Amino acid sequence: MSSHRFAVNVTPKPGILDPQGRAVEGSLDHLGIEGVRAVRVGRRVELTVDAADEAAARVVVERLASELLANPLIEAYAIEAIGAVA
Amino acid sequence: MPVRIGVVVFPGSNCDRDTLHALELAGAQPVALWHEQATLDGVAAVVLPGGFAYGDYLRAGVIARFSPVMRAVESFAAEGGLVLGICNGFQVLAEAGLVPGALLRNRSLRFLGRDVHIAAERLDTPFTHALAASGQPLRMPIAHGEGCYYADDATLDALEADGQVLFRYVDAAGKRTTESDRAANPNGSLRAIAGVLNAAGNVAGLMPHPERASEAILGTDDGFAIIRSLVESAGRAATRGRPLELAGTR
Repeated sequence: MSSHRFAVNVTPKPGILDPQGRAVEGSLDHLGIEGVRAVRVGRRVELTVDAADEAAARVVVERLASELLANPLIEAYAIEAIGAVA
Repeated sequence: MPVRIGVVVFPGSNCDRDTLHALELAGAQPVALWHEQATLDGVAAVVLPGGFAYGDYLRAGVIARFSPVMRAVESFAAEGGLVLGICNGFQVLAEAGLVPGALLRNRSLRFLGRDVHIAAERLDTPFTHALAASGQPLRMPIAHGEGCYYADDATLDALEADGQVLFRYVDAAGKRTTESDRAANPNGSLRAIAGVLNAAGNVAGLMPHPERASEAILGTDDGFAIIRSLVESAGRAATRGRPLELAGTR
C-alpha cells in the first residue's frame, strides 16, 4: 500500500460558453492589461489515494473524475500525478 | 383515494414544502421522501424539488445524484414511472442523465429571482395535458444561478425533431425569444429551452417553478395546470397498477 497525490484539472470543453472566462476578460481593461484572450475558468481538485501502486491509484482517480468531478457533456479533465506522499 | 406522490427532500432542498402543498391542492396525497431512503414508499410519481441539494457543491445537482433515494428514482424512471424535476430537481435529473443536456451558469453570472414566461410545446404529455393551449404564455418565477440550458447542436436538433423540448422561454405575448433576449430568456438557454422530456416521455425537468405559481394569492396560478397534469397522470398510472402508457416522442 502506498499513497499517491493527484490533481484533476477540470475545464469547460472547447466551444462551451464560459461566462466566468468572459467576466475575467471583461476586467482586463480595468487592469490595463493587453494581449490576453481566450480565458477559460475551470477547477483543480487535489487528492491523495491509498492504493497498491500508482497505476491502481490512477484507476480510482479516473473513475472519480469521469463520474463525479467532471460532467463529460460540458467539461474535460486531465489527471496529473503530483508525487508520492510520505 | 387520493394518489400518493413523493417529493424528495435533500439536505438543502427549499421548495419541498411548496411542492407538497401544491400537490395537495391538486388532490394528491403528498409524501416526503428523505434522501437517505432507498425505496419510494410505493408512490405513483416523484417530484425532485427546487433548492440547493447538498449545497450545490462541485456542480449543481451532482452530489444529490449519488444519494440512495436517487438510485431508487433511477429504477422507477427506467420502469416508466413519472418523474418531474423542478429547478434544482432539473439539475439533478440532468446530472443523473435522466434527461438530456446540462444546466450551465447563467450568462449574466448572476443569480436570477424573478417572474418569466414559458410556453409548452406539447400538450400530449403527462406533465402538460391539463394546460389550456400550447404556446400560451405561462407566468411563473425562476430562482437560479445555473439555468442556461446546454446541449450540443446535434442533440438539440434531435430533441426538436423528437418533440423532447417541453417548454421554451417566451415573451409576455407568447412569442418565442432568442438566446440574446435577456428580458425574456433570462439565463441565455440555447434555443430558449426552459424544460425538456426524456426520450420515453416519462421524465421531465424545467427551471421555472410551477409550484410557486399555483394559487392566485401568489400573483399567478399559471403553473397549477402543470401540477394538476402530473397528479392526474399519476392517478391514472396508479389505477392501472402499471406505468402510464406514454404518448412517447414524435
